[in-house]
Amino acid sequence: MNSIASAQTLEPPHAAESERGLLSWVATVDHKRIGLLYLFTTLAFFLVGGIEALLVRVQLAVPNGKFLSPEAYNQVFTMHGTTMIFLVVMPMLIGFANYLVPLMIGARDMAFPRLNAMSYWLLLFGGLLLYFSWVAGGAPAAGWFSYSPLSERPFSTTAGMNYWIASLLVLGIGSVATSVNMIATVLTLRAPGLTIRRLPLFVWMVFVNSFLIILALPALNASIVMLLIDRLLKGNFFQPAMGGSAVLWQHYFWTFGHPEVYIMALPAFGMISEVIPVFSRKPIFGYPFVAASSVAIGLLSFGVWAHHMFAVGLGHIADYTFAVTSMLIAVPTGVKIFNWTATMWGGSIRLTTSMLFAIAFIIQFVIGGLSGITFTAVPMDWQLTDTYYVVAHFHYVLFGGTYFAILAGFYYWFPKMSGRMLSEKWGKLHFWLTLIGFNMTFFVQHILGLMGMPRRVFTYPNLPGWGALNMVSTIGAFILAASTLVLIWNVWISLRHGDPAGDNPWNAWTLEWATTSPPPPHNFDRLPPINGRRPLWDLAHPENPDTDAAEVGRHVPWKLEKNVTGMITFIISEAFFFLMLIFAYLYYNARPMVGPVASSVLDARKTLVFTVCLLSSSWTFWMAEKALHRKKMSGFYAWLGVTLILGFTFIVGQGLEYLGLYNHGLRMSTDLFATTFFTLTGFHGLHVCLGLIGLLVLLGLALSGEFAHGRTEAVASIGLYWHFVDAVWIAVFSVIYLRLLL
Amino acid sequence: MRAVPVFDAASPQARGITSLSLAVLAICGAILALIVGLTVYNLIRFRAKPGAPEPRQIFGHKRLEILWTVIPFLLLVWIFVLTVQAMHVSHPPRHGQPDIVVIGHQWWWEVHYPKLGIITANEVHIPTGQALLVRLEAADVIHDFWVPALAPKEDMIPGVTNYIWLQADEPGTYLGACAEFCGAEHAWMRFQVIAQPASQFRAWEADQRRPAPTPPAGAAERGRRLFLDKTCMECHSIRGVAAAGSAGPDLTHLASRRMLGAGVMTNTPPNLSLWLTNPQAIKPGCLMPNLNLTHAQVRDLVSYFQTLK
Repeated sequence: MNSIASAQTLEPPHAAESERGLLSWVATVDHKRIGLLYLFTTLAFFLVGGIEALLVRVQLAVPNGKFLSPEAYNQVFTMHGTTMIFLVVMPMLIGFANYLVPLMIGARDMAFPRLNAMSYWLLLFGGLLLYFSWVAGGAPAAGWFSYSPLSERPFSTTAGMNYWIASLLVLGIGSVATSVNMIATVLTLRAPGLTIRRLPLFVWMVFVNSFLIILALPALNASIVMLLIDRLLKGNFFQPAMGGSAVLWQHYFWTFGHPEVYIMALPAFGMISEVIPVFSRKPIFGYPFVAASSVAIGLLSFGVWAHHMFAVGLGHIADYTFAVTSMLIAVPTGVKIFNWTATMWGGSIRLTTSMLFAIAFIIQFVIGGLSGITFTAVPMDWQLTDTYYVVAHFHYVLFGGTYFAILAGFYYWFPKMSGRMLSEKWGKLHFWLTLIGFNMTFFVQHILGLMGMPRRVFTYPNLPGWGALNMVSTIGAFILAASTLVLIWNVWISLRHGDPAGDNPWNAWTLEWATTSPPPPHNFDRLPPINGRRPLWDLAHPENPDTDAAEVGRHVPWKLEKNVTGMITFIISEAFFFLMLIFAYLYYNARPMVGPVASSVLDARKTLVFTVCLLSSSWTFWMAEKALHRKKMSGFYAWLGVTLILGFTFIVGQGLEYLGLYNHGLRMSTDLFATTFFTLTGFHGLHVCLGLIGLLVLLGLALSGEFAHGRTEAVASIGLYWHFVDAVWIAVFSVIYLRLLL
Repeated sequence: MRAVPVFDAASPQARGITSLSLAVLAICGAILALIVGLTVYNLIRFRAKPGAPEPRQIFGHKRLEILWTVIPFLLLVWIFVLTVQAMHVSHPPRHGQPDIVVIGHQWWWEVHYPKLGIITANEVHIPTGQALLVRLEAADVIHDFWVPALAPKEDMIPGVTNYIWLQADEPGTYLGACAEFCGAEHAWMRFQVIAQPASQFRAWEADQRRPAPTPPAGAAERGRRLFLDKTCMECHSIRGVAAAGSAGPDLTHLASRRMLGAGVMTNTPPNLSLWLTNPQAIKPGCLMPNLNLTHAQVRDLVSYFQTLK
């Protein structure tokens, strides 16, 4: 019942899934169910984060507020920011991507369904870990960017900070896993005819976004691992008293933190790029420009981090540089705005709730973007950074922008996910309340910033106008809370009594509308022919198709093998993690140091011996692979065995080196050499151990006859990982030991 | 007092930022007006009419794309030029030795005048019409020195020294605050810049140079002994008295200051009593513990502190 030609059933089909009940949800690997789990979970966290926001606003409603203690307030705003970023916006967008990407590319599921389930459970576990801090001695209270040394042991004494780190690590691993999965899915599972240039824009932006995640999250993971080492193992990374640098934390954090802003925006841009064309009844204006501008934003987003640091005193040259890159990023963002506006121009605009949210998104996102530009005018940043003007700015981007886009997408795709339409009557009430509440809450905060109110203050003196504007903001926040109740009511009532959606209630054009609502577990019985970007338009308008007849069937999408694609993606991510650790080693060891240094305690010649073992194991593995391709199993076992022995030798060698250093009195806490050395080589050693486990798994697979039928993708993937671990060691060896040998 | 100090600057440095801000906000306002105008026009002109056929399918327009790439780019070049100019006005390169050193502590400001040999806390006195070089340091975590009407804000980072130029055209009190989140009492890490004509500034300077007088016998003298007997002097200094702690503000001229607890309340004898009775009730989380002083002890200490003009 999936071709458009056949009649649509108007009664929503009951869940086509054969399995029901709680356990089936726990055990599911279906991308749609996982997507829904993401959406339920993030909605729950959204309510929690929203309540935290209300607590903040109640405290700030009047000057000299006494509703919360300073410590409680600091915990609440830290948890609000951390929750909204890591447990709401990011995973909510990932949830939509999970549900929609396979449908939009005509696939049955994600490339790695089990990995997908794992990513979701990591989200839930990471979220619970963060909230567990509240019963384990106090929530973190250093703000969502946890500047050192405030986040270090002497100043954040409770376990809250450790929970924050542990939680973010768990969430970070989950996000990287999802993104590896997403990239492999888009690259390897597209339906015939669906070339990269024909991808729906939502998929395009999720795809670009996944690259941002695999490159940016390792920077966060490296930073918080270093912070955790400082806190638990007495490391010195960010302890100024021990020669560590408080500024390095900021560089590292924002290397992640600014791409993160786009990670929270790009998929939202994608949603808007789906919604606006459908409700304007026109294709997106300038598809190549909208798609390419995402790539430009993605690339530039890695070069703008220090615009969060104009007040740090990096000097005018650094400030000019980052002002320029930050201004440049406004250009591709503007291109998107103009293209959305041009898409509406000449269209036939239908003001559904979804479209209303999309239009409000454009205006509010423009306000947030323009106030962003004011920060690139560096002296304005010197006045306005760390004030309520910033709070207003990023809420216009993330709430007025991303959250409004998410709501546009929610009203748009809810019929597909549930089989029923959301009520437009309640929807419009929800829209207007959200619009008024949002602008009331946050517009006045621009003015408060200009009036001199710093952000993150638990209270403020009774200065002229401050109390009144804060009260307006608080009232707005309660209107927003009411609007959220209307949304929940709308979902509740529409799930029971909503109009049946049918396959394609909006007369949309992308593949997810070419199947039932909700789709069957396998997604599609039959796919329509794909000769352009809008297969369902072509189907409905054979007289006026998007693509020339001559073009039909000419594009054969290139496809890759999913395991190898996934592994390469993962390796890129890992490489960035090591890059951060290597840079920290270079940075700190280039500075004069009081304690022991590399040249005084390391024996590079001994290390060279086990280095040779590790590097030659890459060659022996290559020999093993060759033997396997020639179907010589005995040769395969022999070479794999040698590889394992060489790998173990390396680990034993490293263990002996550590033992020698320990006996020499060297500890993680000794000085910055010790801290950076143990961290870098230790993480490499950990990766070698993982690689060895991988090799043992290969051995097991071979013994169970898995490779007899030529299914050797696992060998190729693990092999890549093993070569990568060796390559990292070449870098580590060059950085630490090579100088000592010469 | 200036309601919107960012637009109501009182120094050449801050005025440089004000004019930049007005220009940039005007450009941004024009762009916003354009987008809002286009959207409103779209909504009026292109609303779907019942039964209307699908509109003409337009896929793009290359020249338009170039146009809305190049024009914003040129606007940004313009903003960048204004930015560079304003940077030089508001944050000129430093030269010479600092006139003032401000050290950020959790949650108060230590203020030194190295050339004058004066130490005070939570208020910065300056003579009008002179640009003073201020060195910024931090004792524990990152703080940020911000007086919006006078100067750009600048972080105070442990292990790093930063500088700004501080100047006020006219006498007056200019409010300042810590702008970088620094822990529990970040909200009450405020200060005042008090700009005075040169003659008044010199009088203030002369007062501040004097060590603390020894009070006559009585309540004030009992208070002085209490100060020495209790643990006060482990954290606080009073020049002229055998006390040299540096974790808390120097109290040599406490009575001359306007605010207590870095802005949490005005410096009056009743407020000082409240503070001494239990600082944790006034500024929860601050590093001064509740010393469990009796009413009489508090009264004596207040009497003593009133002599520290």
